[in-house]
Amino acid sequence: MQDASGAVVAFEHVTKRYGGPDVAPAVTDLSLVIPAGEICVLVGPSGCGKTTSMKMVNRLIEPTSGRITIGGEDVMSLPAVELRRRIGYVIQQVGLFPHLTVGDNAAVVPRLLRWKAARVSERVDELLELIGLEPGQYRSRYPSELSGGERQRVGVARALAADPPVMLMDEPFGAVDPIRRDRLQNEFLRLQEKVRKTIIFVTHDVDEAIKMGDRIAILQRGGVLAQYDTPAATLANPASEFVERFVGADRGLKRLSLGRVGDLELIEAVPVRAGEDRAEVRRRLARTEELDYALLVDDHDRPLGWIDRADLAGDGPIKADAATPGAPTVERATTLRDALSALLGSSVQLGVVVDDDERVIGLVSVDAIGEALRAPVASADGTEHPVGETVA
Amino acid sequence: MDWAWLGRNLDDLALRTLDHVVMTVLAIGIGSAISFGLALWIRRRRFLHGPILAVSGTLYAIPSLALFALLIPFTGPQSLLAAEIALVSYTILILVRNFLAGFDGVPPDVVEAADGMGYTPAQRLWRVELPIALPVIVAGMRIATVTVIGLVTVTALIGLGGLGYVIIELGYRRFNLTATIAGTIGAILLAVLADRGFVLLQRVLTPWAARRRTA
Repeated sequence: MQDASGAVVAFEHVTKRYGGPDVAPAVTDLSLVIPAGEICVLVGPSGCGKTTSMKMVNRLIEPTSGRITIGGEDVMSLPAVELRRRIGYVIQQVGLFPHLTVGDNAAVVPRLLRWKAARVSERVDELLELIGLEPGQYRSRYPSELSGGERQRVGVARALAADPPVMLMDEPFGAVDPIRRDRLQNEFLRLQEKVRKTIIFVTHDVDEAIKMGDRIAILQRGGVLAQYDTPAATLANPASEFVERFVGADRGLKRLSLGRVGDLELIEAVPVRAGEDRAEVRRRLARTEELDYALLVDDHDRPLGWIDRADLAGDGPIKADAATPGAPTVERATTLRDALSALLGSSVQLGVVVDDDERVIGLVSVDAIGEALRAPVASADGTEHPVGETVA
Repeated sequence: MDWAWLGRNLDDLALRTLDHVVMTVLAIGIGSAISFGLALWIRRRRFLHGPILAVSGTLYAIPSLALFALLIPFTGPQSLLAAEIALVSYTILILVRNFLAGFDGVPPDVVEAADGMGYTPAQRLWRVELPIALPVIVAGMRIATVTVIGLVTVTALIGLGGLGYVIIELGYRRFNLTATIAGTIGAILLAVLADRGFVLLQRVLTPWAARRRTA
């Protein structure tokens, strides 16, 4: 894989009108800068001009006024077809050419650019491997012989073929069922980590926007930019009532899926092994203020269950069966949403954070998760705002 | 059956068959070229759709006999031009409709993808739309060809006719049943061969349409 990463894409006061000046524009004075190698999701209700805005980048639609630049170069400075050959394009219905094999579909843009046959063929194999379709098996199949998910991946391969710095994706996962969509999204995010393109991604689905976007641009009717920020900042500080309504009343919960347990400061556990003296454990537990429970662990520091203060009364060694089993375990990579869900379902509202070998590395509490949601969130511009404050 | 007559006239029969094929190929070739042009024109200017189909429908409705009677005064007798004008007129209705149906059958997402990839309009037409429309177009050519093979026999009335000449001039007028039967069977064989030929052609040109996902 060549390491041609993305280029900065900038909209400068872009307006698109259909009809005269008395008709409301489809896109109104849109200005935004998409940093190189980031995914910018254009999201909004239908009629908000998100697809129109995207199509002005490769000039399938031309702006009425304003300009769009890629890597500082005005998109109007090139003939439209040459511009389009330098921009990847993925659409919802995929639009694979049914009369061409998978290999020939992937080779479309390189051939338009008159690459030598050997280079094209090498590139096709590389692309198919990149999207996880074995070249020997898939190269000479026709699109009608593929599953929906495979077609979508070939669509992405075709868009990446000439290694364009910029990719446009119009609801690329809109036509697949939710389970496959989730898998395709994850696959695509992994792919993006390798290729680092600047991606403009259109969707009407807020959850998809939050998941896929490094930044999300929320558009409202008439192509008016309502907010442009990181998903976390948008959820924490909606810029207007429109954004607040659009991201949904459950935006607090949505923020939970952006945070991970590893982001929190973990509470130190009080690990206990069977056979330790109760009085000694009581003293250790008393030193912590917040904990009412010690954690019984096995010889490899793997959690067995909670021991509460009542169980520690009296003298003598702790028995191996003294613990109440059922301590939920989470990992650093677990989202706060999943962690909270696990915690709320257990009697002791503490989660045990374990490492890859299932060894205890700390505890997480419901309070700590709530605390994390209340902490100020940094905007894309670097400013910090208390949660709930409207950033205008 | 007068086998001796058949034996004596084998050369002439072959020549008439060749005439028949040439007239058919000419008509289909010219008809396809005109229909392709008309279909492209209609795609650009949708309002032409009604008028063009109305005109070609009217041409189709004129009895072939009448068309020859109208053309011969201008072209003279035994005119290949008159014959082809008539034959081509009959192909156009069938062919324009199939060209249009073929192009309309190209999925819009495929067209959008082609534009987005950076095809020029001409590249899009020749490399994407035409290949995808081909099965429907070839199906139209198949019907038109079989129709024209039948119609060519009628041009015997203006002194041409290919195998029609054998049927009418050698058979009917001279009370030679053998010639009539030979001409008829020849015309039928040509039609069947053309029909099968187009089915084969379609399969060769569109391997992608035959294969379907098995998974």
